[in-house]
Amino acid sequence: MKVRAQIAMVLNLDKCIGCHTCSVTCKNVWTSRKGMEYAWFNNVETKPGIGYPKDWENQERWKGGWTRKPNGKLVPKQGGRFAVLAKLFSNPAMPQIDDYYEPFTFDYENLQTAPELPTAPVARPISLISGRTMDKVEWGPNWEEILGGEFDKRSADYNFEAVQKDIYGQFENTFMMYLPRLCEHCLNPSCVASCPSGSIYKREEDGIVLIDQDKCRGWRMCVSGCPYKKIYYNWTSGKAEKCTFCYPRIEAGLPTVCSETCVGRIRYLGVLLYDADRIGAAAAVENPHDLYQAQLDVFLDPNDPEVQRQALADGVSAEWIESAKNSPTYKMAVEWKIAFPLHPEYRTLPMVWYVPPLSPIQAHANAGAIDSTEHGLPDVDSLRIPVRYLANLLTAGNEAPVAGALKRMLAMRAWFRARQLGAPQDPAMLAAVGLDEAGAEAMHRYLAIANYEDRFVIPTAHREEAENAYQLRGGCGFTFGNGCDGIDAKAGLFGGKMGRRKVIPIRMIDDGT
Amino acid sequence: MTLSPAWNQFLFGIYPYICLAVLLLGSLIRYDREPYSWKSDSSQVLRAQTLRWGSNLFHYGVLVVVLGHFAGFLMPESLVLWLMSPGQHQLLAMAVGGPAGVVAIIGLSLLIWRRIGDPRVRRNSRKWDISIVVMLWFQLLLGVATVPMSAQHMDGAMFERLVAYVQGVVLFHGDNAAILQGTPWVYQLHILLGFTIFLVSPFTRMVHIWSGVGSLAYLFRPYQLVRTRKRAVHS
Repeated sequence: MKVRAQIAMVLNLDKCIGCHTCSVTCKNVWTSRKGMEYAWFNNVETKPGIGYPKDWENQERWKGGWTRKPNGKLVPKQGGRFAVLAKLFSNPAMPQIDDYYEPFTFDYENLQTAPELPTAPVARPISLISGRTMDKVEWGPNWEEILGGEFDKRSADYNFEAVQKDIYGQFENTFMMYLPRLCEHCLNPSCVASCPSGSIYKREEDGIVLIDQDKCRGWRMCVSGCPYKKIYYNWTSGKAEKCTFCYPRIEAGLPTVCSETCVGRIRYLGVLLYDADRIGAAAAVENPHDLYQAQLDVFLDPNDPEVQRQALADGVSAEWIESAKNSPTYKMAVEWKIAFPLHPEYRTLPMVWYVPPLSPIQAHANAGAIDSTEHGLPDVDSLRIPVRYLANLLTAGNEAPVAGALKRMLAMRAWFRARQLGAPQDPAMLAAVGLDEAGAEAMHRYLAIANYEDRFVIPTAHREEAENAYQLRGGCGFTFGNGCDGIDAKAGLFGGKMGRRKVIPIRMIDDGT
Repeated sequence: MTLSPAWNQFLFGIYPYICLAVLLLGSLIRYDREPYSWKSDSSQVLRAQTLRWGSNLFHYGVLVVVLGHFAGFLMPESLVLWLMSPGQHQLLAMAVGGPAGVVAIIGLSLLIWRRIGDPRVRRNSRKWDISIVVMLWFQLLLGVATVPMSAQHMDGAMFERLVAYVQGVVLFHGDNAAILQGTPWVYQLHILLGFTIFLVSPFTRMVHIWSGVGSLAYLFRPYQLVRTRKRAVHS
């Protein structure tokens, strides 16, 4: 057993209202720079839909994640080491920027300078890449917002596999949900495995996956290697960039920007202890249906004295273990089993988990008698979002765990609804879904009340172990490469645009003395 | 082409060492001081189609050409003579280098056409990005042009002279430049432009060649990389 800790995230999709505050605040902080306009470290997609970049879940096309060979070994889907190097000159599985969208601005000036016309002047989109006027804006990080577009196109969604999707094109049966997406900070990241320069790494202390910008050579294999398409190539700097999990904030014990600003309070951050020795076997189990359980088995119980002893021995500090005991993510993923990994079949063991959304009862179920279980709860199969669809998204198609989670959430709601109405509460209803009163109370506290202190339990990093603070004083803080030079090397001999360094000009002042 | 002995000595005796020194020191300084600028600078994300053929043809062609130059020019003479006659050596160089050079030129022509013709790529090109591909294109053209020239004298004598010159540069033979006195201008220009490409490389995206060699380490490393910050202070 080798104990490591990770700050894991859970998103409660049941409460996501699709407001995109997470995306916008993230963009303002991290990607409002030239070369990264098209990149959204966090974006919110409406499902069903093919998403951003287009069709990202189709790994036959984009070759992300891992493939399990017949002998049980895992290799990146885009190929082994020789195959990766052979594709350095032109990566056949890399999306072109149009698959995300061509970044653009509008010709606002025309609104003021246009001569008098019979029609109102328009501000046409102008490409930020070529500088030319664009005929049309064709795609974006949220193109299918609230079921925008035709069902024919949206229904190419990979998660419709084994679902009779035709009936969901009918207005009466249509359904939707929001899916906020960010880097999964996987336990078995295929981006790390794809990088020929060895510039991508996972941090031992908090599990955050980062790209060393000074070591990245722009080989682009990580872009195709990541099945979530959450590594972006900065077309100005020539380096790959990705979600940093706001590590400067996490180190200080603060939630990520997307979590902090979430108005629906759907995001949770907390420590998960895991056994690094079990990662390889868990990612390589034969049946994709078992991947969810295999990943659960990698996590360790922070209340187990044996785990605590080993954690201390492996360098996890005492307050991190204490935080793990209070971790909301541990409760949701392991104790209540209501949170699930996104597409475990990619075999990367993602560490951003999702609570599946409940949905209204289908119209046809409403019209007749609602199928319900003995305790008066609606049958999860009568929910508008097909369980199979959620299972394809969250458990590689294994419906039982997702159905169990939905039942627990329904039971918790019914329990508190009864209390609110002064109706009799039936503990047997909770027992039937594997909950007790204390469990239902706790779920209610975390899911419904969702206080800040409960949602974010983030121990601070021990920077004093990593850096000599004496040498840091007066330093330049967070920068891109090249020390204190700033965001981009604007001038200089080596690359960058040629020009003069901007310095404050020195003037001699003649004060007459 | 006949240069005055002084010019000949400067261009082929001294200039190569200036170029090699700038290549090595410049690369080292850039690697150490400006690591964020060290990259392949791919524009694939902006436009993929032409790049696929162009880049693959160019890179694989030029890899054969460059490795061929290393093998052909730097292999000790005794070893070569043990394997083959000078005439056969020249024929081998022509047979391997010629077609590879043509492949590389086709690829590079596609890349230049894309870089200048595609508005997306054109607008995001630095002056050096364009200059260096044009230099490489002329260098490949000169290199391929030596093949029909060499075909006029298959005895390997001229080839021997060039090998002796290149080895002389590497082995610091002081009177080396004299070997090239009076050789055809195509060879001389090819050598001069070659060293000039070395000279400018540290200031261009060409530094990614070092990283290309370095990426071979990928073949021998484990898939997963974990970094720790602990104990960094104490070590």
